[in-house]
Amino acid sequence: MLRAKNTTGLVFFPAFDWAISPTHPEREERLLYTQDQVLEEGLLDIDGIVELKPDIVTVEDINRVHFCVPDAEAVTTESHFISAGGAKTIGKAVLDKKIERGFALVRPPGHHANRVVHGARGFCNINIEAVMIEYLRATYGVDRVAIVDTDCHHGDGTQDIYWHDPDTLFISIHQDGRTLYPGSGFLNEFGGPNAVGTTINLPLPPETCDEGFLYAVEHAVLPILDEFQPELIINSAGQDNHYSDPITNMSFSAQGYARLTEMLKADIAVLEGGYSIEGALPYVNAGIIMAMAGIDYSYLREPDYNPDHLRQPASIKAEIDKVCEDALKLWANRHELTQALRSRDGSDSRSRQIFYDTDNILENQYETIRFCDDCAGALRIESSSSYGANILGIHIPRKACQACIDQANEWFDHGEYGNFSQIFLQDRVKDRYLIK
Amino acid sequence: MIIGLDAGGTHTDAVLLGAEGILHKVKVPTDSEHLFDTVMAALDTLMADRDKAEVARIVLSTTLATNMVVQNRLPEVGVLVAGGPGLNPECFRVGEEYHVVSGALDHRGREIEPLDELELASIGRELQAKNIRCAGVVSKFSVRNPAHELRMVEILTPYVETIFMGHTFSGALSFPRRINTTYLNAAVYPIHKNFFEAVNRSLKAQGLSVPIRILKPDGGTMDIKSSQGYPAQTILSGPSASVMGALASADSEKTSLVLDVGGTTTDMAILLGNSPIIAPHGIELGQHKTLIRALHTESIGVGGDSVVRIAEGEIVIGPDRQGVAMAFGGPVVTTTDALAVLGQLDAGDKDLAKAGVAGLAEQLGLTTHEMAGKIFDTACRRILLAAAEMIETINSRPVYTVHEMYEGLKVQPDQILVLGGPAKQFAARLDVIETELEYGAAIPVPVWQVANAKGCALARTTCEVTVYADTARRVLTAQGEEFQHSLSATATLEDVLEIATDLVKVKAIRQGANPEYLQIEITEQSEFNMVRGFHTTGKNIRVRAQVKPGLIHGYDCETGQLNRPDL
Repeated sequence: MLRAKNTTGLVFFPAFDWAISPTHPEREERLLYTQDQVLEEGLLDIDGIVELKPDIVTVEDINRVHFCVPDAEAVTTESHFISAGGAKTIGKAVLDKKIERGFALVRPPGHHANRVVHGARGFCNINIEAVMIEYLRATYGVDRVAIVDTDCHHGDGTQDIYWHDPDTLFISIHQDGRTLYPGSGFLNEFGGPNAVGTTINLPLPPETCDEGFLYAVEHAVLPILDEFQPELIINSAGQDNHYSDPITNMSFSAQGYARLTEMLKADIAVLEGGYSIEGALPYVNAGIIMAMAGIDYSYLREPDYNPDHLRQPASIKAEIDKVCEDALKLWANRHELTQALRSRDGSDSRSRQIFYDTDNILENQYETIRFCDDCAGALRIESSSSYGANILGIHIPRKACQACIDQANEWFDHGEYGNFSQIFLQDRVKDRYLIK
Repeated sequence: MIIGLDAGGTHTDAVLLGAEGILHKVKVPTDSEHLFDTVMAALDTLMADRDKAEVARIVLSTTLATNMVVQNRLPEVGVLVAGGPGLNPECFRVGEEYHVVSGALDHRGREIEPLDELELASIGRELQAKNIRCAGVVSKFSVRNPAHELRMVEILTPYVETIFMGHTFSGALSFPRRINTTYLNAAVYPIHKNFFEAVNRSLKAQGLSVPIRILKPDGGTMDIKSSQGYPAQTILSGPSASVMGALASADSEKTSLVLDVGGTTTDMAILLGNSPIIAPHGIELGQHKTLIRALHTESIGVGGDSVVRIAEGEIVIGPDRQGVAMAFGGPVVTTTDALAVLGQLDAGDKDLAKAGVAGLAEQLGLTTHEMAGKIFDTACRRILLAAAEMIETINSRPVYTVHEMYEGLKVQPDQILVLGGPAKQFAARLDVIETELEYGAAIPVPVWQVANAKGCALARTTCEVTVYADTARRVLTAQGEEFQHSLSATATLEDVLEIATDLVKVKAIRQGANPEYLQIEITEQSEFNMVRGFHTTGKNIRVRAQVKPGLIHGYDCETGQLNRPDL
């Protein structure tokens, strides 16, 4: 009789009746064969593996994380509420100690959704991991969290949401942004002035194989995690690094994903991308579940798997070694770098343009952060979209100091209504969301 | 007239049903070592002085092989499994003669590794040498393409007598459950065949020549001939007999919690109007999880004969049984003794019961009467709490579409139907004890003592067919039907629905259903575009159709009468 070494919870929500469009990669068919494989393997019958029914998140859950323009309902569908709800279910079950680890196999994904949401970017509308994490923080008082994003695309949305948060370590391993959407995620993106080093990017060259990935996990991700000492480790488990994925160029295998899962020992995994719906997803997802549960996965392989074709050239190895070395250096020097970043007094600003590829929206953002050594800092975002929305979002972080609370409230109170169509206050200290 | 017989673990009940309702009922103790004698004795008693020629239908429910399965006393059978990539197939080993062989299919039924025919023949010779007569062959994803299982049978045929194929038992996915199901069918086959052939011969000799039907765990029936192909479906039909018995008096507007209070356990189930809830996967028996379709029933170790103890100042009931109640000369206090003390039992020795309960009462500083009341209440509460857990399980079943998530039905019973020997007493007590659970009135069903035999008598023939169509591969398979044919590339969901409906119809009639009263329903239908690159290459269509479990046509739940000329 098979028994899971670690009690593992699964939420399976394939959303068989929802899609962006009939031929879109993120469509109804996406988790069909994964479900077939998981059911046929009998994984849900294994002692110690439990299947949980997803919750539905509330608008309040979303508003803890996002400024949705004009509101959460307008930029989401029912599917998003369930998909984020699936992640929330796993998070709750882990913290209630019903399970030791869990995996939310849900769609649609979320890691390209930024703090401000005007529409869909990279098939994502709301950031399902962040919605889960902030629910867990508000409800269970979880503090330090690490997110390891192993999707092939840079987790730019999650990076944006946690850019200023020193208590959230965000590490993204992905295909080099020069060669893939969304084109970001370089080593020089390492967090805002209040959270230097708690964002770490590991851009890997195209054609990276199991060996390179696992090297990066062992030599960069694990040492940094070890030092950060998170209370929870979340894996944004995108599966598009697979050698058969149609929209990326990496050479990772199901065995590699399973090994990565075993090494990372994430408490919670949330499915992100992965569009090789037949050749990869059934095997990769089964492998991750088996590895999470601590079950032998050595018999698992793709039908066309040939390890000889997945050997990494030396040039790639050298490049990966260098990326890991630089990331570790950056992490070690994060305190010195903080001073360098705070060149001005009091606060820092940045202007950005963000393109919503899925919905064809262009957003202009002007962001101001108050320098703070005591908290994540009061945050002010002016955002306008090519559709004419023009909003002001004020964020009071979870453990805000009085000075930052005062600053944020002043921004909110003095926000001129005439200049903005909406003004939002995301007050995480009082766990409230105000709109004027 | 119809005969319904339910051979339970403690008692065997039988009823004779005519147009005006129940004509005769009997209850005899079950001798599980000599089940054949028990069944024949019950039928003899039931039919004494009656005209056997008028019997038009016989339905039996026996738990013939249940104990053999639970106690691992099944004969050795050959099990050959072709797994391919995934979990190590050794994890699913059943028995000594379990062989993992080469050959693999993928999730769409495409071959990814061929069978090794020499290897198969050599295993065949080995089985023959060991005089193993039955075998089962199972391949992963065989429900998407039975080719490997069919070929394995061809190769093994010279060496073994009877071979079962995994894909014939269910269209549902689960390789481990398919292995268990196939194994159980092969292992149970000889005893099933001998038993029912003997019953058939015996009844025929007595002038009862109508085809015998057997109750299945899904609350439906099949005739003996079809049952040879699915012998394991006789296992664990007991709880479904109770559900069908309750169904005979269920209110179509209400949600009912069914409680069958037996000697050792209480079986629980839910009826949504006239439809019992089906279990999502299949029955579990001992360590075997199977694909055998079943009603969702759960058992709790609280029954009339459950042992009553005091532990840490609290009353603990069951889950074990050490014989009958003290009132009937048993060794320890049971719930039935509490009923005796409360003056709610017609039979037995009340003084013996009192003496026993008094001993326990002393430990808690209560009077004997108070103690008896507390025992009874504890039993009722335990049952209601277990029912609440079962309802919670049903309500927290995962869903896979947005529609189901938002439209999901929440089960909330508004009445309790009680069956079994002490049904009347339990219903009365359940009605008055105070709990936080609100289930509405508790009602003993009519003829509660033999309601499950009545359930057998009235159960209709059920069956299910799962059809899987892949228009890109142009194949359509209907599992359990050994049906496979080519498909047009432009086939639609409607075409597949029609095929599924026709197949269910044919299958039901073959298994003994009345062709005029088939209630077929589609339980699952989905259609997915298969897009490769950015082009739709075909459709992946999945349809499941069934004859709904329910009562035979012509039975009136309100009057208890049977209005059908052919019965």
